[in-house]
Amino acid sequence: MTPSITLSQKFGYRFSWVGMIGLSIVLFWGIIALIAPHIIPHPVGEIVDEDYFGAISSRFWLGSDYLGRDMLARVLMGARYTVGISLAAVSIACFSGVVLGMTAAVVGGWLDTALSRFLDAMNSIPSKLSGLVVVAAVGSSITVLIVTLAVIYTPGAYRFARALAVNINTMDYITVSRTRGEGIFYIIGSEILPNITGPVLADLGLRFVFIVLLLSGLSFLGLGVQPPYADWGALVHENVGGLPFGAPAVIVPSLAIASLTISVNLLIDNLPQKIRDRSA
Amino acid sequence: MSTYVLNLITVRLLIAALTLLIVSFAVFFATAMLPGDTATILLGQAATPEAVAGLRSAMHLDEPAYLRFLRWLGGLMSGDLGTSYVNNVAVADLIGGRFVNTMRLAGITALFSVPLALTLGITAAMFRGSLYDRAVTILTIGVISIPEFMVATSAVLVFSVYLKWLPALSFANDVTSVWQMLKVYAMPVISLTFVVAAQMIRMTRAAVIDTINTPYVETALLKGASRPRMVLRHALPNAIGPIVNAVALSLSYLVGGVIIVETIFNYPGIAKLMVDGVATRDLPLIQSCAMIFCVAYLSLITLADIIAILANPRLR
Repeated sequence: MTPSITLSQKFGYRFSWVGMIGLSIVLFWGIIALIAPHIIPHPVGEIVDEDYFGAISSRFWLGSDYLGRDMLARVLMGARYTVGISLAAVSIACFSGVVLGMTAAVVGGWLDTALSRFLDAMNSIPSKLSGLVVVAAVGSSITVLIVTLAVIYTPGAYRFARALAVNINTMDYITVSRTRGEGIFYIIGSEILPNITGPVLADLGLRFVFIVLLLSGLSFLGLGVQPPYADWGALVHENVGGLPFGAPAVIVPSLAIASLTISVNLLIDNLPQKIRDRSA
Repeated sequence: MSTYVLNLITVRLLIAALTLLIVSFAVFFATAMLPGDTATILLGQAATPEAVAGLRSAMHLDEPAYLRFLRWLGGLMSGDLGTSYVNNVAVADLIGGRFVNTMRLAGITALFSVPLALTLGITAAMFRGSLYDRAVTILTIGVISIPEFMVATSAVLVFSVYLKWLPALSFANDVTSVWQMLKVYAMPVISLTFVVAAQMIRMTRAAVIDTINTPYVETALLKGASRPRMVLRHALPNAIGPIVNAVALSLSYLVGGVIIVETIFNYPGIAKLMVDGVATRDLPLIQSCAMIFCVAYLSLITLADIIAILANPRLR
Protein backbone atom coordinates (compact mmCIF):
# COMPACT_ATOMS: atom_id res chain seq x y z
CA MET A 1 0.00 0.00 0.00
CA THR A 2 2.71 2.48 0.92
CA PRO A 3 4.28 3.91 -2.18
CA SER A 4 7.34 5.05 -0.22
CA ILE A 5 9.02 1.62 -0.20
CA THR A 6 12.42 2.02 -1.78
CA LEU A 7 13.57 -0.08 -4.68
CA SER A 8 16.16 -1.99 -2.67
CA GLN A 9 13.54 -3.05 -0.16
CA LYS A 10 11.23 -4.17 -2.93
CA PHE A 11 13.89 -6.22 -4.64
CA GLY A 12 15.50 -7.41 -1.40
CA TYR A 13 16.35 -11.06 -0.90
CA ARG A 14 12.82 -12.30 -1.22
CA PHE A 15 13.30 -13.63 -4.73
CA SER A 16 12.97 -17.42 -4.72
CA TRP A 17 15.64 -19.37 -6.59
CA VAL A 18 13.13 -20.36 -9.31
CA GLY A 19 12.52 -16.67 -9.92
CA MET A 20 16.27 -16.10 -10.08
CA ILE A 21 16.65 -18.80 -12.74
CA GLY A 22 13.86 -17.16 -14.74
CA LEU A 23 15.46 -13.75 -14.35
CA SER A 24 18.88 -14.95 -15.46
CA ILE A 25 17.53 -16.66 -18.59
CA VAL A 26 15.55 -13.53 -19.50
CA LEU A 27 18.66 -11.38 -18.96
CA PHE A 28 20.73 -13.86 -20.97
CA TRP A 29 18.47 -13.51 -24.01
CA GLY A 30 18.32 -9.74 -23.55
CA ILE A 31 22.12 -9.49 -23.60
CA ILE A 32 22.34 -11.88 -26.57
CA ALA A 33 19.88 -9.70 -28.47
CA LEU A 34 22.12 -6.70 -27.85
CA ILE A 35 25.51 -8.22 -28.66
CA ALA A 36 24.55 -10.90 -31.21
CA PRO A 37 26.33 -9.34 -34.23
CA HIS A 38 29.64 -9.38 -32.34
CA ILE A 39 29.61 -12.97 -31.13
CA ILE A 40 28.23 -15.01 -34.01
CA PRO A 41 30.81 -17.57 -35.17
CA HIS A 42 29.79 -17.53 -38.85
CA PRO A 43 28.08 -14.85 -40.97
CA VAL A 44 24.26 -15.21 -40.72
CA GLY A 45 23.36 -15.42 -44.39
CA GLU A 46 26.35 -17.40 -45.61
CA ILE A 47 26.26 -21.08 -46.54
CA VAL A 48 29.11 -22.58 -44.55
CA ASP A 49 28.27 -26.27 -44.27
CA GLU A 50 28.37 -28.55 -47.31
CA ASP A 51 25.58 -30.63 -45.78
CA TYR A 52 22.03 -29.36 -45.14
CA PHE A 53 20.24 -30.06 -41.85
CA GLY A 54 23.68 -30.89 -40.49
CA ALA A 55 23.99 -32.49 -37.07
CA ILE A 56 25.50 -30.86 -34.01
CA SER A 57 29.31 -30.84 -34.36
CA SER A 58 32.30 -29.04 -32.88
CA ARG A 59 32.32 -26.65 -35.84
CA PHE A 60 28.54 -26.05 -35.87
CA TRP A 61 27.42 -26.11 -32.27
CA LEU A 62 23.73 -26.22 -33.18
CA GLY A 63 23.99 -27.90 -36.58
CA SER A 64 23.15 -26.25 -39.89
CA ASP A 65 19.85 -25.25 -41.53
CA TYR A 66 18.10 -26.25 -44.76
CA LEU A 67 20.67 -24.41 -46.87
CA GLY A 68 23.71 -25.29 -44.78
CA ARG A 69 23.85 -22.03 -42.85
CA ASP A 70 25.14 -22.01 -39.30
CA MET A 71 22.22 -22.48 -36.91
CA LEU A 72 23.95 -20.98 -33.86
CA ALA A 73 24.45 -17.70 -35.68
CA ARG A 74 20.87 -17.70 -36.94
CA VAL A 75 19.38 -18.41 -33.52
CA LEU A 76 21.53 -15.74 -31.85
CA MET A 77 20.52 -13.19 -34.49
CA GLY A 78 16.91 -14.39 -34.30
CA ALA A 79 16.88 -13.32 -30.67
CA ARG A 80 17.16 -9.72 -31.84
CA TYR A 81 13.94 -9.94 -33.85
CA THR A 82 11.90 -12.00 -31.40
CA VAL A 83 12.93 -10.00 -28.33
CA GLY A 84 13.13 -6.63 -30.11
CA ILE A 85 9.78 -6.74 -31.90
CA SER A 86 7.97 -8.15 -28.88
CA LEU A 87 9.50 -5.61 -26.53
CA ALA A 88 8.61 -2.70 -28.81
CA ALA A 89 5.05 -3.99 -29.27
CA VAL A 90 4.47 -4.68 -25.58
CA SER A 91 5.79 -1.24 -24.62
CA ILE A 92 3.42 0.50 -27.01
CA ALA A 93 0.48 -1.72 -26.00
CA CYS A 94 0.98 -1.24 -22.28
CA PHE A 95 1.69 2.48 -22.58
CA SER A 96 -1.47 3.20 -24.56
CA GLY A 97 -3.53 0.68 -22.59
CA VAL A 98 -2.50 2.12 -19.22
CA VAL A 99 -2.94 5.74 -20.27
CA LEU A 100 -6.39 5.04 -21.75
CA GLY A 101 -7.35 2.88 -18.76
CA MET A 102 -6.42 5.49 -16.19
CA THR A 103 -8.12 8.23 -18.19
CA ALA A 104 -11.31 6.18 -18.48
CA ALA A 105 -11.29 5.44 -14.75
CA VAL A 106 -10.74 9.07 -13.75
CA VAL A 107 -13.06 10.71 -16.29
CA GLY A 108 -15.78 8.04 -16.11
CA GLY A 109 -19.17 8.65 -17.69
CA TRP A 110 -19.83 8.07 -21.36
CA LEU A 111 -16.13 8.12 -22.30
CA ASP A 112 -15.51 5.19 -19.97
CA THR A 113 -18.55 3.28 -21.26
CA ALA A 114 -17.81 3.87 -24.94
CA LEU A 115 -14.10 3.08 -24.64
CA SER A 116 -14.71 -0.04 -22.56
CA ARG A 117 -17.39 -1.36 -24.88
CA PHE A 118 -15.29 -0.71 -27.99
CA LEU A 119 -12.09 -2.23 -26.60
CA ASP A 120 -13.99 -5.23 -25.23
CA ALA A 121 -15.32 -5.82 -28.72
CA MET A 122 -11.78 -5.61 -30.11
CA ASN A 123 -10.77 -8.11 -27.47
CA SER A 124 -13.29 -10.63 -28.73
CA ILE A 125 -11.50 -11.03 -32.05
CA PRO A 126 -9.13 -13.96 -31.59
CA SER A 127 -5.59 -12.56 -31.63
CA LYS A 128 -4.23 -14.85 -34.32
CA LEU A 129 -7.16 -13.95 -36.54
CA SER A 130 -6.55 -10.19 -36.27
CA GLY A 131 -2.93 -10.84 -37.18
CA LEU A 132 -3.95 -12.83 -40.26
CA VAL A 133 -6.48 -10.22 -41.42
CA VAL A 134 -4.00 -7.33 -41.10
CA VAL A 135 -1.19 -9.21 -42.82
CA ALA A 136 -3.60 -10.12 -45.61
CA ALA A 137 -4.55 -6.49 -46.08
CA VAL A 138 -1.23 -4.63 -45.79
CA GLY A 139 1.42 -7.31 -46.10
CA SER A 140 4.04 -8.03 -43.51
CA SER A 141 6.91 -5.78 -42.48
CA ILE A 142 8.57 -5.30 -39.12
CA THR A 143 6.80 -1.97 -38.56
CA VAL A 144 3.41 -3.47 -39.46
CA LEU A 145 4.08 -6.37 -37.10
CA ILE A 146 4.99 -4.11 -34.19
CA VAL A 147 1.92 -1.90 -34.67
CA THR A 148 -0.43 -4.85 -35.20
CA LEU A 149 0.82 -6.71 -32.14
CA ALA A 150 0.58 -3.51 -30.09
CA VAL A 151 -3.01 -2.86 -31.24
CA ILE A 152 -4.06 -6.46 -30.56
CA TYR A 153 -2.82 -6.37 -26.97
CA THR A 154 -3.86 -2.82 -26.05
CA PRO A 155 -7.44 -3.81 -25.01
CA GLY A 156 -6.12 -6.33 -22.49
CA ALA A 157 -3.71 -3.81 -20.98
CA TYR A 158 -6.51 -1.25 -20.90
CA ARG A 159 -8.87 -3.58 -19.07
CA PHE A 160 -6.24 -4.46 -16.48
CA ALA A 161 -5.12 -0.87 -15.86
CA ARG A 162 -8.70 0.41 -15.73
CA ALA A 163 -9.70 -2.17 -13.11
CA LEU A 164 -6.75 -1.14 -10.94
CA ALA A 165 -7.30 2.58 -11.47
CA VAL A 166 -11.01 2.36 -10.63
CA ASN A 167 -10.08 1.02 -7.21
CA ILE A 168 -7.51 3.75 -6.59
CA ASN A 169 -9.95 6.36 -7.88
CA THR A 170 -12.26 5.82 -4.89
CA MET A 171 -9.50 6.62 -2.37
CA ASP A 172 -9.78 9.70 -0.23
CA TYR A 173 -6.57 11.28 -1.44
CA ILE A 174 -7.95 11.34 -4.98
CA THR A 175 -11.04 13.18 -3.74
CA VAL A 176 -8.72 15.56 -1.90
CA SER A 177 -6.66 16.31 -4.96
CA ARG A 178 -9.82 16.75 -7.02
CA THR A 179 -11.16 19.22 -4.46
CA ARG A 180 -7.80 20.97 -4.56
CA GLY A 181 -8.58 21.58 -8.22
CA GLU A 182 -5.87 19.39 -9.75
CA GLY A 183 -6.16 18.63 -13.48
CA ILE A 184 -6.71 15.19 -14.89
CA PHE A 185 -3.08 14.81 -15.99
CA TYR A 186 -1.83 15.48 -12.49
CA ILE A 187 -4.24 12.96 -10.97
CA ILE A 188 -3.29 10.31 -13.51
CA GLY A 189 0.45 10.90 -13.39
CA SER A 190 1.08 11.69 -9.75
CA GLU A 191 -1.73 10.06 -7.79
CA ILE A 192 -2.78 6.92 -9.68
CA LEU A 193 0.23 5.78 -11.71
CA PRO A 194 2.67 5.41 -8.76
CA ASN A 195 0.14 3.16 -7.03
CA ILE A 196 -0.39 0.75 -9.89
CA THR A 197 3.17 0.50 -11.23
CA GLY A 198 3.97 -2.90 -9.70
CA PRO A 199 0.97 -4.86 -11.01
CA VAL A 200 1.19 -3.05 -14.35
CA LEU A 201 4.81 -4.16 -14.78
CA ALA A 202 3.87 -7.75 -13.92
CA ASP A 203 1.07 -7.53 -16.47
CA LEU A 204 3.56 -6.19 -19.01
CA GLY A 205 5.66 -9.31 -18.50
CA LEU A 206 2.70 -11.64 -19.12
CA ARG A 207 1.64 -9.66 -22.16
CA PHE A 208 5.21 -9.92 -23.45
CA VAL A 209 4.84 -13.71 -23.38
CA PHE A 210 1.55 -13.54 -25.31
CA ILE A 211 3.18 -11.30 -27.90
CA VAL A 212 6.20 -13.59 -28.30
CA LEU A 213 3.82 -16.53 -28.80
CA LEU A 214 1.65 -14.69 -31.34
CA LEU A 215 4.67 -13.32 -33.24
CA SER A 216 6.22 -16.79 -33.37
CA GLY A 217 2.91 -18.26 -34.51
CA LEU A 218 2.54 -15.73 -37.34
CA SER A 219 6.17 -16.18 -38.40
CA PHE A 220 5.68 -19.92 -38.27
CA LEU A 221 2.78 -19.56 -40.73
CA GLY A 222 5.20 -17.64 -42.98
CA LEU A 223 3.25 -14.42 -42.41
CA GLY A 224 5.43 -12.75 -39.78
CA VAL A 225 9.04 -11.65 -40.14
CA GLN A 226 10.06 -12.03 -43.79
CA PRO A 227 13.42 -13.16 -45.23
CA PRO A 228 16.26 -12.16 -45.22
CA TYR A 229 15.43 -11.45 -41.58
CA ALA A 230 14.30 -14.31 -39.40
CA ASP A 231 12.97 -14.48 -35.87
CA TRP A 232 12.71 -17.77 -34.03
CA GLY A 233 9.26 -18.58 -35.41
CA ALA A 234 10.50 -17.95 -38.95
CA LEU A 235 13.49 -20.22 -38.30
CA VAL A 236 11.11 -23.05 -37.41
CA HIS A 237 9.07 -22.22 -40.52
CA GLU A 238 12.06 -22.41 -42.91
CA ASN A 239 13.43 -25.58 -41.37
CA VAL A 240 10.18 -27.47 -40.85
CA GLY A 241 11.27 -29.81 -43.66
CA GLY A 242 13.89 -31.17 -41.30
CA LEU A 243 11.25 -32.33 -38.83
CA PRO A 244 10.96 -35.92 -40.16
CA PHE A 245 14.74 -36.32 -39.57
CA GLY A 246 14.57 -34.69 -36.13
CA ALA A 247 17.08 -32.04 -37.33
CA PRO A 248 18.41 -29.68 -34.64
CA ALA A 249 17.62 -26.80 -37.01
CA VAL A 250 13.89 -27.15 -36.25
CA ILE A 251 14.22 -28.13 -32.58
CA VAL A 252 16.66 -25.45 -31.40
CA PRO A 253 14.63 -22.32 -32.29
CA SER A 254 11.54 -23.91 -30.68
CA LEU A 255 13.54 -24.51 -27.52
CA ALA A 256 14.76 -20.92 -27.61
CA ILE A 257 11.15 -19.63 -27.70
CA ALA A 258 10.13 -22.00 -24.92
CA SER A 259 13.10 -21.01 -22.72
CA LEU A 260 12.22 -17.33 -23.07
CA THR A 261 8.47 -17.62 -22.48
CA ILE A 262 8.72 -20.16 -19.66
CA SER A 263 11.37 -18.13 -17.81
CA VAL A 264 9.35 -14.92 -18.07
CA ASN A 265 6.39 -16.84 -16.61
CA LEU A 266 8.57 -18.25 -13.82
CA LEU A 267 9.95 -14.80 -13.07
CA ILE A 268 6.49 -13.24 -12.84
CA ASP A 269 5.07 -16.11 -10.77
CA ASN A 270 7.88 -15.72 -8.24
CA LEU A 271 7.88 -11.96 -7.96
CA PRO A 272 7.46 -10.73 -4.38
CA GLN A 273 3.76 -10.59 -3.54
CA LYS A 274 3.97 -6.82 -3.11
CA ILE A 275 4.78 -6.22 -6.77
CA ARG A 276 2.51 -8.85 -8.21
CA ASP A 277 -0.59 -8.36 -6.13
CA ARG A 278 -3.50 -6.78 -7.91
CA SER A 279 -4.60 -4.84 -4.87
CA ALA A 280 -1.14 -3.54 -4.00
CA MET B 1 -35.94 -18.92 -13.32
CA SER B 2 -36.53 -15.38 -12.13
CA THR B 3 -37.03 -12.45 -14.45
CA TYR B 4 -33.83 -10.96 -13.04
CA VAL B 5 -31.77 -13.82 -14.45
CA LEU B 6 -33.67 -13.61 -17.73
CA ASN B 7 -32.84 -9.92 -17.91
CA LEU B 8 -29.17 -10.57 -17.23
CA ILE B 9 -29.06 -13.15 -20.02
CA THR B 10 -30.91 -10.91 -22.44
CA VAL B 11 -28.46 -8.09 -21.74
CA ARG B 12 -25.55 -10.49 -22.26
CA LEU B 13 -27.00 -11.60 -25.61
CA LEU B 14 -27.54 -8.00 -26.69
CA ILE B 15 -23.94 -7.16 -25.79
CA ALA B 16 -22.81 -10.16 -27.85
CA ALA B 17 -24.84 -8.94 -30.82
CA LEU B 18 -23.43 -5.42 -30.47
CA THR B 19 -19.90 -6.82 -30.18
CA LEU B 20 -20.44 -8.90 -33.29
CA LEU B 21 -21.51 -5.76 -35.16
CA ILE B 22 -18.37 -3.88 -34.06
CA VAL B 23 -16.24 -6.89 -34.95
CA SER B 24 -17.74 -7.19 -38.43
CA PHE B 25 -17.15 -3.46 -38.85
CA ALA B 26 -13.49 -3.92 -37.88
CA VAL B 27 -13.01 -6.94 -40.14
CA PHE B 28 -14.63 -5.18 -43.11
CA PHE B 29 -12.70 -1.95 -42.75
CA ALA B 30 -9.37 -3.58 -41.95
CA THR B 31 -9.58 -5.50 -45.20
CA ALA B 32 -11.57 -3.23 -47.49
CA MET B 33 -10.18 0.21 -46.67
CA LEU B 34 -6.54 -0.66 -47.12
CA PRO B 35 -4.36 0.31 -50.07
CA GLY B 36 -4.65 -1.03 -53.59
CA ASP B 37 -7.64 -0.70 -55.90
CA THR B 38 -9.31 -4.10 -56.14
CA ALA B 39 -10.46 -3.67 -59.74
CA THR B 40 -6.93 -2.75 -60.88
CA ILE B 41 -5.45 -5.68 -59.01
CA LEU B 42 -7.97 -8.08 -60.56
CA LEU B 43 -7.57 -6.87 -64.12
CA GLY B 44 -3.84 -6.31 -63.98
CA GLN B 45 -1.73 -3.33 -64.97
CA ALA B 46 -2.56 -3.60 -68.69
CA ALA B 47 -6.33 -3.10 -68.31
CA THR B 48 -7.97 -0.10 -70.02
CA PRO B 49 -9.42 2.58 -67.71
CA GLU B 50 -12.91 1.79 -69.13
CA ALA B 51 -12.62 -1.86 -68.14
CA VAL B 52 -11.46 -0.92 -64.66
CA ALA B 53 -14.33 1.57 -64.29
CA GLY B 54 -16.79 -1.07 -65.55
CA LEU B 55 -15.60 -3.64 -63.05
CA ARG B 56 -15.61 -1.08 -60.27
CA SER B 57 -19.27 -0.30 -60.81
CA ALA B 58 -20.14 -3.98 -61.32
CA MET B 59 -18.54 -4.77 -57.94
CA HIS B 60 -20.12 -1.67 -56.34
CA LEU B 61 -16.63 -0.40 -55.52
CA ASP B 62 -17.63 3.14 -56.54
CA GLU B 63 -20.19 3.37 -53.77
CA PRO B 64 -19.39 4.98 -50.41
CA ALA B 65 -17.80 2.68 -47.87
CA TYR B 66 -20.76 2.53 -45.48
CA LEU B 67 -23.07 1.37 -48.31
CA ARG B 68 -20.60 -1.36 -49.24
CA PHE B 69 -20.40 -2.36 -45.59
CA LEU B 70 -24.19 -2.63 -45.33
CA ARG B 71 -24.33 -4.59 -48.60
CA TRP B 72 -21.62 -6.95 -47.34
CA LEU B 73 -23.34 -7.38 -43.97
CA GLY B 74 -26.67 -8.04 -45.67
CA GLY B 75 -24.97 -10.61 -47.88
CA LEU B 76 -23.48 -12.36 -44.86
CA MET B 77 -26.88 -12.54 -43.13
CA SER B 78 -28.56 -14.05 -46.17
CA GLY B 79 -25.74 -16.54 -46.71
CA ASP B 80 -24.20 -14.78 -49.72
CA LEU B 81 -20.52 -14.64 -48.83
CA GLY B 82 -19.38 -13.04 -52.08
CA THR B 83 -17.08 -14.31 -54.80
CA SER B 84 -13.43 -15.25 -54.44
CA TYR B 85 -11.10 -12.80 -56.18
CA VAL B 86 -8.63 -15.51 -57.07
CA ASN B 87 -10.67 -18.16 -58.84
CA ASN B 88 -14.09 -16.58 -59.23
CA VAL B 89 -15.90 -19.27 -57.26
CA ALA B 90 -18.59 -18.39 -54.72
CA VAL B 91 -16.92 -18.23 -51.31
CA ALA B 92 -19.78 -20.27 -49.85
CA ASP B 93 -18.85 -23.17 -52.16
CA LEU B 94 -15.18 -22.95 -51.18
CA ILE B 95 -16.02 -22.98 -47.50
CA GLY B 96 -18.88 -25.52 -47.50
CA GLY B 97 -17.15 -28.90 -47.18
CA ARG B 98 -14.15 -27.52 -45.39
CA PHE B 99 -16.33 -26.07 -42.65
CA VAL B 100 -17.60 -29.57 -41.93
CA ASN B 101 -14.00 -30.83 -41.78
CA THR B 102 -12.97 -28.17 -39.28
CA MET B 103 -16.05 -28.77 -37.14
CA ARG B 104 -15.27 -32.49 -37.17
CA LEU B 105 -11.70 -31.83 -36.02
CA ALA B 106 -12.92 -29.48 -33.29
CA GLY B 107 -15.63 -31.93 -32.24
CA ILE B 108 -13.29 -34.90 -31.95
CA THR B 109 -10.81 -32.76 -30.01
CA ALA B 110 -13.53 -31.65 -27.59
CA LEU B 111 -14.60 -35.27 -27.19
CA PHE B 112 -11.09 -36.23 -26.04
CA SER B 113 -9.94 -33.11 -24.24
CA VAL B 114 -12.96 -32.46 -22.01
CA PRO B 115 -13.00 -35.79 -20.11
CA LEU B 116 -9.19 -35.82 -19.95
CA ALA B 117 -8.96 -32.27 -18.63
CA LEU B 118 -11.79 -32.71 -16.11
CA THR B 119 -10.23 -35.88 -14.70
CA LEU B 120 -6.77 -34.34 -14.41
CA GLY B 121 -8.02 -30.99 -13.12
CA ILE B 122 -10.31 -32.43 -10.46
CA THR B 123 -7.85 -35.06 -9.23
CA ALA B 124 -5.05 -32.46 -9.12
CA ALA B 125 -7.26 -30.26 -6.93
CA MET B 126 -8.19 -33.29 -4.82
CA PHE B 127 -4.55 -34.02 -4.01
CA ARG B 128 -3.41 -30.43 -3.93
CA GLY B 129 0.25 -29.99 -3.05
CA SER B 130 1.13 -33.61 -3.79
CA LEU B 131 3.81 -34.64 -6.26
CA TYR B 132 1.06 -35.55 -8.75
CA ASP B 133 -0.52 -32.11 -8.45
CA ARG B 134 2.81 -30.37 -8.96
CA ALA B 135 3.61 -32.53 -11.99
CA VAL B 136 0.24 -31.68 -13.58
CA THR B 137 0.66 -27.97 -12.80
CA ILE B 138 4.18 -27.76 -14.22
CA LEU B 139 3.13 -29.67 -17.34
CA THR B 140 0.15 -27.38 -17.98
CA ILE B 141 2.16 -24.19 -17.41
CA GLY B 142 4.76 -25.60 -19.79
CA VAL B 143 2.20 -26.29 -22.53
CA ILE B 144 0.59 -22.86 -22.08
CA SER B 145 3.95 -21.08 -22.27
CA ILE B 146 5.02 -22.55 -25.59
CA PRO B 147 3.61 -21.77 -29.04
CA GLU B 148 0.98 -24.14 -30.48
CA PHE B 149 3.22 -25.11 -33.36
CA MET B 150 5.79 -26.39 -30.90
CA VAL B 151 3.20 -28.72 -29.36
CA ALA B 152 2.45 -30.03 -32.84
CA THR B 153 6.09 -30.39 -33.90
CA SER B 154 6.91 -32.13 -30.61
CA ALA B 155 4.04 -34.54 -31.22
CA VAL B 156 5.48 -35.29 -34.66
CA LEU B 157 8.96 -35.81 -33.19
CA VAL B 158 7.68 -38.20 -30.54
CA PHE B 159 5.05 -40.19 -32.43
CA SER B 160 6.43 -40.34 -35.95
CA VAL B 161 10.18 -39.69 -35.77
CA TYR B 162 11.14 -41.65 -32.66
CA LEU B 163 8.27 -44.08 -32.13
CA LYS B 164 7.33 -44.30 -35.85
CA TRP B 165 3.68 -45.01 -34.99
CA LEU B 166 2.05 -42.34 -37.12
CA PRO B 167 2.71 -40.64 -40.46
CA ALA B 168 4.53 -37.28 -40.20
CA LEU B 169 3.37 -34.05 -41.80
CA SER B 170 0.89 -35.46 -44.27
CA PHE B 171 -2.85 -35.60 -44.52
CA ALA B 172 -4.06 -38.23 -46.95
CA ASN B 173 -7.48 -37.55 -48.41
CA ASP B 174 -8.03 -41.16 -49.51
CA VAL B 175 -9.33 -42.55 -46.28
CA THR B 176 -10.78 -46.00 -46.82
CA SER B 177 -10.83 -47.76 -43.48
CA VAL B 178 -11.55 -46.83 -39.90
CA TRP B 179 -7.97 -47.65 -38.96
CA GLN B 180 -6.65 -45.26 -41.60
CA MET B 181 -9.00 -42.56 -40.42
CA LEU B 182 -7.76 -42.98 -36.86
CA LYS B 183 -4.17 -42.66 -38.02
CA VAL B 184 -4.93 -39.59 -40.10
CA TYR B 185 -6.80 -37.77 -37.35
CA ALA B 186 -4.51 -38.85 -34.53
CA MET B 187 -1.79 -36.26 -34.89
CA PRO B 188 -3.93 -33.11 -35.33
CA VAL B 189 -6.25 -34.24 -32.55
CA ILE B 190 -3.37 -35.03 -30.16
CA SER B 191 -1.79 -31.61 -30.76
CA LEU B 192 -5.05 -29.69 -30.37
CA THR B 193 -6.00 -31.71 -27.30
CA PHE B 194 -2.76 -30.70 -25.60
CA VAL B 195 -3.32 -27.01 -26.35
CA VAL B 196 -6.95 -26.95 -25.21
CA ALA B 197 -6.65 -29.38 -22.30
CA ALA B 198 -3.82 -27.43 -20.67
CA GLN B 199 -6.05 -24.36 -20.31
CA MET B 200 -8.99 -26.46 -19.18
CA ILE B 201 -6.99 -28.35 -16.52
CA ARG B 202 -5.70 -25.10 -15.01
CA MET B 203 -9.13 -23.49 -14.87
CA THR B 204 -10.87 -26.63 -13.59
CA ARG B 205 -8.27 -27.07 -10.85
CA ALA B 206 -8.65 -23.43 -9.83
CA ALA B 207 -12.46 -23.70 -9.79
CA VAL B 208 -12.43 -26.81 -7.58
CA ILE B 209 -9.82 -25.33 -5.23
CA ASP B 210 -11.93 -22.20 -4.88
CA THR B 211 -14.78 -24.35 -3.63
CA ILE B 212 -12.54 -26.45 -1.39
CA ASN B 213 -11.44 -23.27 0.37
CA THR B 214 -14.96 -22.58 1.63
CA PRO B 215 -15.82 -23.27 5.30
CA TYR B 216 -18.48 -25.89 4.57
CA VAL B 217 -16.02 -28.11 2.72
CA GLU B 218 -13.57 -27.73 5.57
CA THR B 219 -16.35 -28.91 7.88
CA ALA B 220 -16.77 -31.99 5.72
CA LEU B 221 -13.06 -32.72 6.08
CA LEU B 222 -13.19 -32.13 9.83
CA LYS B 223 -16.13 -34.49 10.33
CA GLY B 224 -13.92 -37.20 8.84
CA ALA B 225 -14.77 -37.41 5.14
CA SER B 226 -11.93 -38.69 2.99
CA ARG B 227 -10.36 -36.26 0.53
CA PRO B 228 -12.00 -37.89 -2.53
CA ARG B 229 -15.39 -37.88 -0.77
CA MET B 230 -14.91 -34.30 0.34
CA VAL B 231 -14.18 -33.20 -3.21
CA LEU B 232 -16.59 -35.40 -5.16
CA ARG B 233 -19.64 -35.28 -2.83
CA HIS B 234 -19.29 -31.91 -1.16
CA ALA B 235 -17.24 -29.57 -3.31
CA LEU B 236 -17.93 -30.71 -6.85
CA PRO B 237 -21.70 -30.02 -7.03
CA ASN B 238 -21.00 -26.38 -6.22
CA ALA B 239 -18.06 -26.15 -8.59
CA ILE B 240 -19.98 -27.40 -11.64
CA GLY B 241 -20.92 -23.89 -12.79
CA PRO B 242 -17.36 -22.53 -12.81
CA ILE B 243 -16.11 -25.78 -14.36
CA VAL B 244 -18.55 -25.68 -17.28
CA ASN B 245 -17.63 -22.01 -17.68
CA ALA B 246 -13.95 -23.03 -17.82
CA VAL B 247 -14.70 -25.71 -20.41
CA ALA B 248 -16.48 -23.26 -22.72
CA LEU B 249 -13.72 -20.67 -22.31
CA SER B 250 -10.98 -23.21 -23.00
CA LEU B 251 -12.76 -24.45 -26.11
CA SER B 252 -12.41 -20.92 -27.50
CA TYR B 253 -8.65 -21.62 -27.63
CA LEU B 254 -9.55 -24.09 -30.37
CA VAL B 255 -9.91 -21.12 -32.72
CA GLY B 256 -6.25 -20.14 -32.39
CA GLY B 257 -5.00 -23.72 -32.22
CA VAL B 258 -6.89 -24.91 -35.26
CA ILE B 259 -5.21 -22.24 -37.46
CA ILE B 260 -1.75 -23.59 -36.63
CA VAL B 261 -2.62 -27.27 -36.53
CA GLU B 262 -4.50 -27.30 -39.86
CA THR B 263 -1.54 -25.57 -41.50
CA ILE B 264 1.07 -27.93 -40.09
CA PHE B 265 -0.80 -31.10 -40.94
CA ASN B 266 -2.19 -29.78 -44.22
CA TYR B 267 -5.70 -30.53 -42.97
CA PRO B 268 -8.40 -29.46 -45.46
CA GLY B 269 -10.36 -27.14 -43.13
CA ILE B 270 -11.34 -23.48 -43.21
CA ALA B 271 -8.30 -22.35 -41.21
CA LYS B 272 -5.98 -23.73 -43.87
CA LEU B 273 -8.22 -22.16 -46.50
CA MET B 274 -7.90 -18.81 -44.77
CA VAL B 275 -4.11 -18.99 -44.38
CA ASP B 276 -3.86 -19.82 -48.10
CA GLY B 277 -6.23 -16.91 -48.77
CA VAL B 278 -3.89 -14.58 -46.87
CA ALA B 279 -1.01 -15.64 -49.11
CA THR B 280 -3.04 -14.77 -52.24
CA ARG B 281 -4.77 -11.75 -50.59
CA ASP B 282 -8.21 -13.11 -51.44
CA LEU B 283 -10.18 -10.59 -49.38
CA PRO B 284 -13.79 -11.90 -49.65
CA LEU B 285 -12.56 -15.33 -48.60
CA ILE B 286 -10.57 -13.90 -45.66
CA GLN B 287 -13.50 -11.76 -44.52
CA SER B 288 -15.89 -14.71 -44.52
CA CYS B 289 -13.47 -17.06 -42.74
CA ALA B 290 -12.63 -14.36 -40.19
CA MET B 291 -16.34 -13.83 -39.49
CA ILE B 292 -16.91 -17.56 -39.05
CA PHE B 293 -14.09 -17.76 -36.52
CA CYS B 294 -15.24 -14.62 -34.72
CA VAL B 295 -18.80 -15.94 -34.45
CA ALA B 296 -17.52 -19.27 -33.08
CA TYR B 297 -15.25 -17.54 -30.59
CA LEU B 298 -17.89 -15.06 -29.47
CA SER B 299 -20.55 -17.78 -29.07
CA LEU B 300 -18.29 -19.82 -26.82
CA ILE B 301 -17.39 -16.81 -24.68
CA THR B 302 -21.03 -15.71 -24.43
CA LEU B 303 -22.06 -19.26 -23.59
CA ALA B 304 -19.45 -19.30 -20.82
CA ASP B 305 -20.82 -16.04 -19.40
CA ILE B 306 -24.42 -17.25 -19.52
CA ILE B 307 -23.44 -20.49 -17.77
CA ALA B 308 -21.72 -18.42 -15.09
CA ILE B 309 -24.93 -16.41 -14.60
CA LEU B 310 -27.10 -19.53 -14.45
CA ALA B 311 -24.73 -21.29 -12.07
CA ASN B 312 -24.72 -18.50 -9.53
CA PRO B 313 -27.26 -19.59 -6.89
CA ARG B 314 -27.47 -16.06 -5.47
CA LEU B 315 -29.18 -14.94 -8.68
CA ARG B 316 -31.90 -17.60 -8.62
